[in-house]
Amino acid sequence: MDKLILGRYIPGDSIVHRLDPRSKLLAMFVFISIIFWANNLITNIILFSFTVIAILLSKVKLGFFIRGVRPMIGLILFTTFFQMFFIQGGTIIFEFGFLRITDYSLGQAVMIFIRFVLIIFFSTLLTLTTTPLSLSDAVESLLTPLKPFKVPVHEIGLMLSLSLRFVPTLMDDTTRIMNAQRARGVDFGEGNIIQKVKSVIPILIPLFASSLKRADALATAMESRGYQGGDGRTKYRLLHWGLKDSLLMLTLLGLTVALFLLKST
Amino acid sequence: MTNIIEVKNVTFRYDKEQENLTLNNVSFHVKHGEWLSIIGHNGSGKSTMVRLIDGLLEAESGEIVILNQKLTEDNIWDIRQKIGMVFQNPDNQFVGSTVEDDVAFSLENKGVSHNEMKQRVEEALHLVGMSDFKTKEPARLSGGQKQRVAIAGAVAMRPEIIILDEATSMLDPKGRLELIKTIKDIRDQYGVTVISITHDLDEVALSDRVLVMKKGQIESTATPRELFARGRDLLTLGLDIPFTSSLVNALQLEGFKCQDAYYTEKELEDYLWESLSKM
Repeated sequence: MDKLILGRYIPGDSIVHRLDPRSKLLAMFVFISIIFWANNLITNIILFSFTVIAILLSKVKLGFFIRGVRPMIGLILFTTFFQMFFIQGGTIIFEFGFLRITDYSLGQAVMIFIRFVLIIFFSTLLTLTTTPLSLSDAVESLLTPLKPFKVPVHEIGLMLSLSLRFVPTLMDDTTRIMNAQRARGVDFGEGNIIQKVKSVIPILIPLFASSLKRADALATAMESRGYQGGDGRTKYRLLHWGLKDSLLMLTLLGLTVALFLLKST
Repeated sequence: MTNIIEVKNVTFRYDKEQENLTLNNVSFHVKHGEWLSIIGHNGSGKSTMVRLIDGLLEAESGEIVILNQKLTEDNIWDIRQKIGMVFQNPDNQFVGSTVEDDVAFSLENKGVSHNEMKQRVEEALHLVGMSDFKTKEPARLSGGQKQRVAIAGAVAMRPEIIILDEATSMLDPKGRLELIKTIKDIRDQYGVTVISITHDLDEVALSDRVLVMKKGQIESTATPRELFARGRDLLTLGLDIPFTSSLVNALQLEGFKCQDAYYTEKELEDYLWESLSKM
Protein backbone atom coordinates (compact mmCIF):
# COMPACT_ATOMS: atom_id res chain seq x y z
CA MET A 1 0.00 0.00 0.00
CA ASP A 2 2.88 2.34 0.78
CA LYS A 3 4.01 2.18 -2.81
CA LEU A 4 0.87 3.85 -4.06
CA ILE A 5 1.62 7.52 -4.69
CA LEU A 6 -1.65 8.40 -6.37
CA GLY A 7 -4.08 9.53 -3.68
CA ARG A 8 -1.40 10.47 -1.19
CA TYR A 9 -0.94 13.97 0.16
CA ILE A 10 2.43 15.67 0.66
CA PRO A 11 2.19 18.67 2.98
CA GLY A 12 3.74 21.80 1.57
CA ASP A 13 3.22 25.48 1.13
CA SER A 14 3.69 26.14 -2.57
CA ILE A 15 1.40 28.19 -4.76
CA VAL A 16 -0.17 24.95 -6.03
CA HIS A 17 -0.87 23.85 -2.45
CA ARG A 18 -2.59 27.13 -1.71
CA LEU A 19 -4.89 27.05 -4.72
CA ASP A 20 -8.56 26.54 -4.05
CA PRO A 21 -9.33 22.80 -4.31
CA ARG A 22 -12.26 23.59 -6.58
CA SER A 23 -10.07 25.26 -9.16
CA LYS A 24 -7.60 22.40 -8.99
CA LEU A 25 -10.32 19.80 -9.45
CA LEU A 26 -11.85 21.72 -12.35
CA ALA A 27 -8.42 22.17 -13.86
CA MET A 28 -7.85 18.45 -13.78
CA PHE A 29 -11.14 17.73 -15.52
CA VAL A 30 -10.44 20.28 -18.23
CA PHE A 31 -6.87 19.09 -18.65
CA ILE A 32 -7.86 15.46 -19.02
CA SER A 33 -10.57 16.38 -21.54
CA ILE A 34 -8.36 18.49 -23.75
CA ILE A 35 -5.42 16.12 -23.61
CA PHE A 36 -7.16 14.06 -26.30
CA TRP A 37 -6.93 16.96 -28.72
CA ALA A 38 -3.17 16.92 -28.62
CA ASN A 39 -2.35 14.98 -31.76
CA ASN A 40 0.73 16.63 -33.18
CA LEU A 41 4.15 17.73 -32.05
CA ILE A 42 3.35 21.32 -31.15
CA THR A 43 0.25 20.56 -29.07
CA ASN A 44 2.10 17.86 -27.15
CA ILE A 45 4.96 20.21 -26.44
CA ILE A 46 2.52 22.81 -25.10
CA LEU A 47 0.81 20.31 -22.82
CA PHE A 48 4.09 18.87 -21.67
CA SER A 49 5.52 22.26 -20.76
CA PHE A 50 2.29 23.18 -18.94
CA THR A 51 2.55 20.05 -16.82
CA VAL A 52 6.24 20.58 -16.11
CA ILE A 53 5.62 24.18 -15.04
CA ALA A 54 2.79 23.05 -12.75
CA ILE A 55 5.02 20.40 -11.21
CA LEU A 56 7.87 22.87 -10.73
CA LEU A 57 5.50 25.35 -9.08
CA SER A 58 4.29 22.70 -6.66
CA LYS A 59 7.87 22.17 -5.41
CA VAL A 60 7.16 18.46 -5.04
CA LYS A 61 10.15 16.29 -5.94
CA LEU A 62 9.98 14.85 -9.43
CA GLY A 63 10.69 11.42 -7.98
CA PHE A 64 7.17 11.23 -6.57
CA PHE A 65 5.65 11.55 -10.02
CA ILE A 66 7.94 8.96 -11.52
CA ARG A 67 7.01 6.62 -8.68
CA GLY A 68 3.36 7.44 -9.33
CA VAL A 69 3.69 6.17 -12.85
CA ARG A 70 5.60 3.05 -11.89
CA PRO A 71 2.67 0.82 -10.84
CA MET A 72 0.97 1.59 -14.15
CA ILE A 73 3.99 1.25 -16.39
CA GLY A 74 3.16 -2.34 -17.38
CA LEU A 75 -0.29 -1.34 -18.58
CA ILE A 76 1.01 1.72 -20.38
CA LEU A 77 3.70 -0.18 -22.22
CA PHE A 78 1.25 -2.94 -23.11
CA THR A 79 -1.16 -0.53 -24.80
CA THR A 80 1.69 1.39 -26.38
CA PHE A 81 3.10 -1.75 -28.01
CA PHE A 82 -0.33 -2.72 -29.22
CA GLN A 83 -0.65 0.64 -30.89
CA MET A 84 2.78 0.32 -32.39
CA PHE A 85 2.35 -3.12 -33.92
CA PHE A 86 -1.26 -3.16 -34.97
CA ILE A 87 -2.01 0.24 -36.46
CA GLN A 88 -1.96 0.09 -40.22
CA GLY A 89 -0.95 2.82 -42.61
CA GLY A 90 2.07 4.98 -43.20
CA THR A 91 5.44 3.92 -44.54
CA ILE A 92 6.95 0.81 -43.15
CA ILE A 93 10.11 1.25 -41.07
CA PHE A 94 10.52 -2.25 -39.78
CA GLU A 95 8.97 -5.57 -40.62
CA PHE A 96 9.42 -9.00 -39.06
CA GLY A 97 6.86 -11.69 -39.68
CA PHE A 98 3.47 -10.32 -38.79
CA LEU A 99 4.99 -7.47 -36.76
CA ARG A 100 5.11 -4.29 -38.68
CA ILE A 101 6.06 -0.83 -37.45
CA THR A 102 5.23 2.15 -39.59
CA ASP A 103 6.11 5.80 -39.01
CA TYR A 104 2.40 6.47 -38.41
CA SER A 105 1.93 3.73 -35.82
CA LEU A 106 5.12 4.73 -34.07
CA GLY A 107 3.83 8.29 -33.79
CA GLN A 108 0.49 7.06 -32.43
CA ALA A 109 2.24 4.89 -29.86
CA VAL A 110 4.41 7.74 -28.63
CA MET A 111 1.30 9.91 -28.37
CA ILE A 112 -0.58 7.33 -26.30
CA PHE A 113 2.42 7.01 -24.05
CA ILE A 114 2.63 10.75 -23.49
CA ARG A 115 -1.10 10.99 -22.83
CA PHE A 116 -0.95 8.31 -20.17
CA VAL A 117 2.03 9.83 -18.47
CA LEU A 118 0.57 13.33 -18.52
CA ILE A 119 -2.78 12.20 -17.10
CA ILE A 120 -1.05 10.33 -14.30
CA PHE A 121 1.34 13.21 -13.61
CA PHE A 122 -1.50 15.66 -13.45
CA SER A 123 -3.81 13.65 -11.24
CA THR A 124 -0.88 12.78 -8.97
CA LEU A 125 -0.15 16.49 -8.74
CA LEU A 126 -3.72 17.13 -7.66
CA THR A 127 -3.75 14.56 -4.86
CA LEU A 128 -0.19 15.31 -3.73
CA THR A 129 -1.02 18.96 -3.16
CA THR A 130 -4.61 18.74 -1.89
CA THR A 131 -5.80 17.18 1.35
CA PRO A 132 -8.53 14.56 0.92
CA LEU A 133 -10.67 16.73 3.16
CA SER A 134 -10.55 19.80 0.93
CA LEU A 135 -11.11 17.58 -2.09
CA SER A 136 -14.37 16.38 -0.57
CA ASP A 137 -15.27 20.00 0.19
CA ALA A 138 -14.55 20.83 -3.43
CA VAL A 139 -16.74 18.00 -4.70
CA GLU A 140 -19.60 19.15 -2.51
CA SER A 141 -19.20 22.75 -3.59
CA LEU A 142 -18.94 21.91 -7.27
CA LEU A 143 -22.07 19.77 -7.07
CA THR A 144 -24.11 22.59 -5.49
CA PRO A 145 -25.59 23.73 -8.84
CA LEU A 146 -27.22 20.30 -9.05
CA LYS A 147 -29.22 20.89 -5.87
CA PRO A 148 -32.39 22.05 -7.69
CA PHE A 149 -32.32 18.74 -9.57
CA LYS A 150 -32.84 16.87 -6.29
CA VAL A 151 -29.24 15.72 -6.06
CA PRO A 152 -28.52 15.26 -2.31
CA VAL A 153 -25.41 17.43 -2.43
CA HIS A 154 -24.98 17.87 1.31
CA GLU A 155 -25.41 14.16 1.94
CA ILE A 156 -22.86 13.26 -0.71
CA GLY A 157 -20.40 15.68 0.85
CA LEU A 158 -21.02 14.36 4.35
CA MET A 159 -20.66 10.77 3.21
CA LEU A 160 -17.43 11.57 1.42
CA SER A 161 -15.88 13.28 4.41
CA LEU A 162 -17.08 10.59 6.83
CA SER A 163 -15.69 7.83 4.63
CA LEU A 164 -12.36 9.61 4.35
CA ARG A 165 -12.29 10.11 8.09
CA PHE A 166 -12.97 6.42 8.72
CA VAL A 167 -10.45 5.02 6.23
CA PRO A 168 -7.57 4.87 8.74
CA THR A 169 -9.89 3.58 11.49
CA LEU A 170 -11.14 0.74 9.30
CA MET A 171 -7.58 -0.01 8.14
CA ASP A 172 -6.61 -0.44 11.80
CA ASP A 173 -9.65 -2.67 12.32
CA THR A 174 -8.63 -4.80 9.36
CA THR A 175 -5.09 -5.26 10.62
CA ARG A 176 -6.34 -6.10 14.09
CA ILE A 177 -8.86 -8.64 12.82
CA MET A 178 -6.28 -10.19 10.49
CA ASN A 179 -3.79 -10.59 13.32
CA ALA A 180 -6.46 -11.98 15.62
CA GLN A 181 -7.45 -14.54 13.00
CA ARG A 182 -3.80 -15.38 12.28
CA ALA A 183 -3.34 -16.04 15.99
CA ARG A 184 -6.12 -18.61 15.65
CA GLY A 185 -4.43 -20.27 12.73
CA VAL A 186 -6.04 -18.69 9.66
CA ASP A 187 -3.53 -18.63 6.83
CA PHE A 188 -3.88 -15.64 4.50
CA GLY A 189 -2.49 -15.69 0.99
CA GLU A 190 -1.79 -19.43 0.98
CA GLY A 191 -3.13 -22.12 -1.29
CA ASN A 192 -5.07 -21.87 -4.52
CA ILE A 193 -7.50 -19.18 -5.52
CA ILE A 194 -10.53 -20.77 -3.82
CA GLN A 195 -8.68 -21.21 -0.54
CA LYS A 196 -7.48 -17.63 -0.74
CA VAL A 197 -10.99 -16.31 -1.26
CA LYS A 198 -12.26 -18.48 1.58
CA SER A 199 -9.65 -17.10 3.96
CA VAL A 200 -10.97 -13.59 3.34
CA ILE A 201 -14.32 -14.43 4.96
CA PRO A 202 -13.01 -14.41 8.55
CA ILE A 203 -11.81 -10.83 7.93
CA LEU A 204 -14.77 -9.61 5.98
CA ILE A 205 -17.61 -10.60 8.29
CA PRO A 206 -16.17 -9.18 11.53
CA LEU A 207 -15.21 -6.05 9.59
CA PHE A 208 -18.77 -5.62 8.37
CA ALA A 209 -20.18 -6.26 11.82
CA SER A 210 -17.87 -3.74 13.45
CA SER A 211 -18.61 -1.16 10.76
CA LEU A 212 -22.32 -1.49 11.45
CA LYS A 213 -21.68 -1.03 15.14
CA ARG A 214 -19.54 2.01 14.44
CA ALA A 215 -22.16 3.47 12.15
CA ASP A 216 -24.81 3.07 14.81
CA ALA A 217 -22.68 4.73 17.50
CA LEU A 218 -21.71 7.52 15.12
CA ALA A 219 -25.32 8.20 14.20
CA THR A 220 -26.28 8.41 17.88
CA ALA A 221 -23.40 10.77 18.58
CA MET A 222 -24.34 12.94 15.61
CA GLU A 223 -27.95 13.10 16.70
CA SER A 224 -27.01 14.00 20.25
CA ARG A 225 -24.95 16.84 18.83
CA GLY A 226 -27.95 18.27 17.05
CA TYR A 227 -27.44 17.02 13.50
CA GLN A 228 -30.74 17.35 11.63
CA GLY A 229 -29.61 17.19 8.04
CA GLY A 230 -28.20 19.77 5.68
CA ASP A 231 -30.81 22.51 6.08
CA GLY A 232 -29.97 25.49 8.24
CA ARG A 233 -26.38 24.45 8.72
CA THR A 234 -23.44 26.80 8.58
CA LYS A 235 -19.98 25.76 7.49
CA TYR A 236 -16.82 25.92 9.54
CA ARG A 237 -14.59 25.28 6.59
CA LEU A 238 -14.85 27.94 3.91
CA LEU A 239 -13.30 27.73 0.49
CA HIS A 240 -11.73 30.88 -0.88
CA TRP A 241 -11.64 31.48 -4.59
CA GLY A 242 -8.77 33.90 -5.05
CA LEU A 243 -7.09 35.73 -7.88
CA LYS A 244 -4.68 32.85 -8.48
CA ASP A 245 -7.61 30.51 -9.00
CA SER A 246 -9.11 32.78 -11.61
CA LEU A 247 -5.69 33.04 -13.24
CA LEU A 248 -5.43 29.27 -13.37
CA MET A 249 -8.84 29.07 -15.01
CA LEU A 250 -7.80 31.71 -17.55
CA THR A 251 -4.58 29.86 -18.30
CA LEU A 252 -6.57 26.70 -18.90
CA LEU A 253 -8.97 28.54 -21.14
CA GLY A 254 -6.00 29.83 -23.12
CA LEU A 255 -4.60 26.31 -23.25
CA THR A 256 -7.91 24.94 -24.49
CA VAL A 257 -8.16 27.52 -27.24
CA ALA A 258 -4.54 27.04 -28.25
CA LEU A 259 -4.97 23.30 -28.42
CA PHE A 260 -8.16 23.57 -30.40
CA LEU A 261 -6.51 25.81 -32.97
CA LEU A 262 -3.25 23.92 -33.21
CA LYS A 263 -4.50 20.34 -33.29
CA SER A 264 -4.31 18.67 -36.65
CA THR A 265 -7.56 17.38 -38.00
CA MET B 1 -30.89 24.76 44.47
CA THR B 2 -33.51 24.04 41.88
CA ASN B 3 -33.85 20.84 39.97
CA ILE B 4 -32.47 20.94 36.45
CA ILE B 5 -33.68 17.47 35.55
CA GLU B 6 -36.62 15.62 36.97
CA VAL B 7 -37.35 12.07 35.98
CA LYS B 8 -40.75 10.83 37.09
CA ASN B 9 -41.88 7.20 36.98
CA VAL B 10 -40.12 6.43 33.74
CA THR B 11 -40.58 2.99 32.26
CA PHE B 12 -38.84 1.76 29.17
CA ARG B 13 -38.11 -1.36 27.18
CA TYR B 14 -36.33 -1.73 23.88
CA ASP B 15 -38.77 -4.23 22.50
CA LYS B 16 -42.46 -4.58 23.19
CA GLU B 17 -42.09 -8.34 23.41
CA GLN B 18 -39.31 -8.07 25.94
CA GLU B 19 -40.48 -9.46 29.28
CA ASN B 20 -38.33 -7.60 31.75
CA LEU B 21 -38.46 -3.85 31.65
CA THR B 22 -35.13 -2.16 30.93
CA LEU B 23 -36.19 0.67 33.20
CA ASN B 24 -38.90 0.05 35.73
CA ASN B 25 -40.64 3.06 37.25
CA VAL B 26 -37.50 5.14 37.72
CA SER B 27 -37.71 8.52 39.45
CA PHE B 28 -34.92 10.84 40.44
CA HIS B 29 -33.84 14.42 40.10
CA VAL B 30 -30.64 16.29 39.39
CA LYS B 31 -29.95 19.67 40.98
CA HIS B 32 -28.52 22.68 39.23
CA GLY B 33 -24.74 22.55 39.13
CA GLU B 34 -24.62 19.13 40.71
CA TRP B 35 -22.21 16.36 39.77
CA LEU B 36 -24.21 13.16 39.75
CA SER B 37 -22.63 9.77 39.21
CA ILE B 38 -24.71 6.85 38.09
CA ILE B 39 -23.25 3.47 38.86
CA GLY B 40 -24.46 -0.07 38.54
CA HIS B 41 -23.75 -3.36 36.82
CA ASN B 42 -23.77 -3.82 33.08
CA GLY B 43 -27.36 -4.04 31.95
CA SER B 44 -28.73 -2.14 34.92
CA GLY B 45 -30.15 0.52 32.59
CA LYS B 46 -27.68 3.38 33.19
CA SER B 47 -26.97 4.16 29.53
CA THR B 48 -30.63 3.77 28.65
CA MET B 49 -31.48 6.32 31.31
CA VAL B 50 -29.19 9.04 29.96
CA ARG B 51 -30.25 8.33 26.38
CA LEU B 52 -33.82 8.95 27.47
CA ILE B 53 -32.79 12.26 29.00
CA ASP B 54 -31.15 13.34 25.73
CA GLY B 55 -34.23 12.24 23.81
CA LEU B 56 -32.35 9.60 21.84
CA LEU B 57 -34.87 7.06 23.10
CA GLU B 58 -38.50 7.54 23.97
CA ALA B 59 -39.98 6.40 27.27
CA GLU B 60 -42.94 4.04 27.35
CA SER B 61 -44.51 5.90 30.24
CA GLY B 62 -43.57 8.56 32.74
CA GLU B 63 -42.17 11.99 32.08
CA ILE B 64 -38.85 13.77 31.99
CA VAL B 65 -38.64 17.48 32.78
CA ILE B 66 -35.49 19.34 31.81
CA LEU B 67 -35.02 23.03 32.65
CA ASN B 68 -38.72 23.26 33.52
CA GLN B 69 -39.75 21.89 30.14
CA LYS B 70 -41.39 18.56 29.67
CA LEU B 71 -39.46 16.56 27.10
CA THR B 72 -41.63 16.03 24.03
CA GLU B 73 -41.17 15.41 20.30
CA ASP B 74 -41.40 19.14 19.63
CA ASN B 75 -38.76 20.49 21.96
CA ILE B 76 -36.31 17.61 21.66
CA TRP B 77 -33.86 19.56 19.48
CA ASP B 78 -33.96 22.62 21.71
CA ILE B 79 -33.31 20.58 24.79
CA ARG B 80 -30.58 18.58 23.08
CA GLN B 81 -28.67 21.81 22.57
CA LYS B 82 -28.62 22.32 26.31
CA ILE B 83 -27.09 18.89 26.81
CA GLY B 84 -23.60 17.88 25.78
CA MET B 85 -23.09 14.12 25.52
CA VAL B 86 -19.79 12.29 25.52
CA PHE B 87 -19.95 8.60 24.69
CA GLN B 88 -17.78 5.65 25.50
CA ASN B 89 -15.87 4.90 22.34
CA PRO B 90 -13.68 7.84 21.30
CA ASP B 91 -13.39 6.57 17.72
CA ASN B 92 -17.07 6.20 16.99
CA GLN B 93 -18.16 9.68 17.98
CA PHE B 94 -15.51 11.59 16.07
CA VAL B 95 -17.48 13.09 13.19
CA GLY B 96 -15.07 15.64 11.76
CA SER B 97 -12.03 14.90 9.66
CA THR B 98 -9.81 17.00 11.91
CA VAL B 99 -9.96 18.11 15.53
CA GLU B 100 -11.31 21.59 14.77
CA ASP B 101 -13.90 20.24 12.35
CA ASP B 102 -15.16 17.87 14.97
CA VAL B 103 -15.50 20.56 17.62
CA ALA B 104 -17.30 22.77 15.11
CA PHE B 105 -19.76 20.05 14.10
CA SER B 106 -22.43 20.82 16.70
CA LEU B 107 -22.06 24.56 16.04
CA GLU B 108 -22.55 24.00 12.33
CA ASN B 109 -25.73 22.09 13.11
CA LYS B 110 -26.92 24.99 15.20
CA GLY B 111 -26.28 27.46 12.39
CA VAL B 112 -23.74 29.56 14.30
CA SER B 113 -22.05 32.23 12.17
CA HIS B 114 -18.55 31.53 10.90
CA ASN B 115 -16.73 34.12 13.01
CA GLU B 116 -18.36 33.07 16.23
CA MET B 117 -17.72 29.45 15.35
CA LYS B 118 -13.98 30.10 14.94
CA GLN B 119 -13.84 31.84 18.27
CA ARG B 120 -15.83 29.21 20.15
CA VAL B 121 -13.79 26.36 18.68
CA GLU B 122 -10.55 28.11 19.77
CA GLU B 123 -11.96 28.62 23.22
CA ALA B 124 -13.23 25.08 23.67
CA LEU B 125 -9.96 23.56 22.45
CA HIS B 126 -7.99 25.81 24.76
CA LEU B 127 -10.15 24.72 27.66
CA VAL B 128 -9.37 21.05 27.16
CA GLY B 129 -5.73 21.77 26.31
CA MET B 130 -5.87 20.58 22.72
CA SER B 131 -5.15 23.85 20.90
CA ASP B 132 -1.90 22.54 19.46
CA PHE B 133 -3.69 19.62 17.87
CA LYS B 134 -6.23 21.72 16.01
CA THR B 135 -5.44 20.51 12.50
CA LYS B 136 -4.62 16.90 13.42
CA GLU B 137 -6.67 13.97 12.13
CA PRO B 138 -8.32 11.58 14.62
CA ALA B 139 -6.07 8.71 13.53
CA ARG B 140 -3.09 10.59 14.98
CA LEU B 141 -4.59 11.13 18.43
CA SER B 142 -4.57 8.90 21.48
CA GLY B 143 -7.81 7.70 23.03
CA GLY B 144 -7.62 10.25 25.82
CA GLN B 145 -6.99 13.08 23.37
CA LYS B 146 -9.96 12.03 21.28
CA GLN B 147 -12.17 12.06 24.36
CA ARG B 148 -10.93 15.54 25.21
CA VAL B 149 -11.89 16.65 21.72
CA ALA B 150 -15.32 15.12 22.28
CA ILE B 151 -15.62 17.16 25.47
CA ALA B 152 -14.51 20.27 23.62
CA GLY B 153 -17.25 19.56 21.08
CA ALA B 154 -19.78 19.37 23.87
CA VAL B 155 -18.46 22.46 25.65
CA ALA B 156 -18.48 24.55 22.45
CA MET B 157 -22.26 24.20 22.45
CA ARG B 158 -22.28 25.97 25.85
CA PRO B 159 -24.53 23.32 27.37
CA GLU B 160 -26.08 23.50 30.81
CA ILE B 161 -25.73 19.79 31.30
CA ILE B 162 -22.86 17.50 30.34
CA ILE B 163 -23.56 13.79 30.26
CA LEU B 164 -20.64 11.38 30.26
CA ASP B 165 -21.70 7.90 29.20
CA GLU B 166 -18.75 5.86 30.44
CA ALA B 167 -16.53 8.40 28.74
CA THR B 168 -13.44 7.27 30.62
CA SER B 169 -13.93 3.52 30.39
CA MET B 170 -11.75 2.95 27.33
CA LEU B 171 -8.84 5.07 28.52
CA ASP B 172 -5.63 4.19 30.32
CA PRO B 173 -5.27 5.36 33.94
CA LYS B 174 -3.31 8.46 32.94
CA GLY B 175 -5.78 9.53 30.26
CA ARG B 176 -8.61 8.85 32.65
CA LEU B 177 -7.22 11.08 35.39
CA GLU B 178 -6.50 13.87 32.91
CA LEU B 179 -10.00 13.68 31.55
CA ILE B 180 -11.61 13.76 34.99
CA LYS B 181 -9.50 16.79 35.85
CA THR B 182 -10.58 18.53 32.64
CA ILE B 183 -14.23 17.89 33.45
CA LYS B 184 -13.75 19.16 36.98
CA ASP B 185 -12.15 22.36 35.64
CA ILE B 186 -15.00 22.91 33.21
CA ARG B 187 -17.54 22.43 35.93
CA ASP B 188 -15.77 24.81 38.28
CA GLN B 189 -15.45 27.41 35.55
CA TYR B 190 -18.89 27.23 33.96
CA GLY B 191 -21.00 25.74 36.72
CA VAL B 192 -22.48 23.12 34.41
CA THR B 193 -24.36 20.15 35.74
CA VAL B 194 -22.50 16.89 35.19
CA ILE B 195 -24.08 13.46 34.99
CA SER B 196 -21.56 10.70 34.63
CA ILE B 197 -22.06 7.02 34.19
CA THR B 198 -18.96 5.33 35.43
CA HIS B 199 -17.22 2.38 36.97
CA ASP B 200 -14.32 4.54 38.05
CA LEU B 201 -13.73 5.25 41.73
CA ASP B 202 -11.98 8.58 41.23
CA GLU B 203 -14.90 9.87 39.24
CA VAL B 204 -17.37 8.70 41.84
CA ALA B 205 -15.30 10.30 44.60
CA LEU B 206 -15.49 13.68 42.84
CA SER B 207 -19.24 13.64 42.51
CA ASP B 208 -21.75 15.20 44.88
CA ARG B 209 -24.19 12.35 44.82
CA VAL B 210 -24.22 8.79 43.56
CA LEU B 211 -27.19 7.01 42.07
CA VAL B 212 -27.00 3.25 42.26
CA MET B 213 -28.99 1.35 39.66
CA LYS B 214 -29.87 -2.31 39.75
CA LYS B 215 -31.99 -4.25 37.27
CA GLY B 216 -33.67 -1.16 35.86
CA GLN B 217 -34.46 0.38 39.19
CA ILE B 218 -32.83 2.83 41.52
CA GLU B 219 -31.35 0.85 44.34
CA SER B 220 -30.23 3.81 46.40
CA THR B 221 -28.83 7.31 46.30
CA ALA B 222 -25.99 8.31 48.55
CA THR B 223 -23.02 10.59 48.89
CA PRO B 224 -19.76 9.01 47.73
CA ARG B 225 -18.69 8.68 51.35
CA GLU B 226 -21.80 6.77 52.33
CA LEU B 227 -21.40 4.60 49.29
CA PHE B 228 -17.76 3.76 49.93
CA ALA B 229 -18.67 2.77 53.48
CA ARG B 230 -20.53 -0.20 52.00
CA GLY B 231 -17.23 -2.04 51.75
CA ARG B 232 -17.26 -5.34 49.87
CA ASP B 233 -20.76 -4.62 48.65
CA LEU B 234 -19.22 -2.20 46.13
CA LEU B 235 -17.96 -5.11 44.03
CA THR B 236 -21.51 -6.27 43.39
CA LEU B 237 -22.34 -2.76 42.16
CA GLY B 238 -19.62 -2.88 39.53
CA LEU B 239 -17.14 -0.70 41.41
CA ASP B 240 -13.74 -1.43 42.86
CA ILE B 241 -13.00 -1.24 46.55
CA PRO B 242 -11.13 1.97 47.40
CA PHE B 243 -7.50 1.51 48.28
CA THR B 244 -8.03 2.86 51.80
CA SER B 245 -10.81 0.38 52.50
CA SER B 246 -8.60 -2.50 51.36
CA LEU B 247 -5.85 -1.21 53.62
CA VAL B 248 -8.23 -0.94 56.55
CA ASN B 249 -9.39 -4.50 55.88
CA ALA B 250 -5.85 -5.79 55.78
CA LEU B 251 -5.04 -3.98 59.03
CA GLN B 252 -8.13 -5.41 60.71
CA LEU B 253 -7.07 -8.90 59.68
CA GLU B 254 -3.72 -8.28 61.32
CA GLY B 255 -5.54 -7.42 64.53
CA PHE B 256 -5.24 -3.66 64.23
CA LYS B 257 -8.29 -1.89 65.55
CA CYS B 258 -9.88 0.33 62.95
CA GLN B 259 -13.35 1.67 62.53
CA ASP B 260 -15.37 0.23 59.68
CA ALA B 261 -16.13 3.65 58.25
CA TYR B 262 -14.67 4.95 55.00
CA TYR B 263 -11.51 7.06 55.13
CA THR B 264 -10.05 9.26 52.47
CA GLU B 265 -6.31 8.77 51.99
CA LYS B 266 -5.60 11.89 53.99
CA GLU B 267 -7.91 10.84 56.82
CA LEU B 268 -6.43 7.38 56.99
CA GLU B 269 -2.95 8.83 56.97
CA ASP B 270 -3.82 11.13 59.88
CA TYR B 271 -5.51 8.30 61.72
CA LEU B 272 -2.52 6.00 61.34
CA TRP B 273 -0.08 8.68 62.51
CA GLU B 274 -2.30 9.34 65.48
CA SER B 275 -2.54 5.66 66.39
CA LEU B 276 1.21 5.19 66.01
CA SER B 277 2.02 8.09 68.26
CA LYS B 278 -0.24 6.64 70.93
CA MET B 279 1.53 3.28 70.89
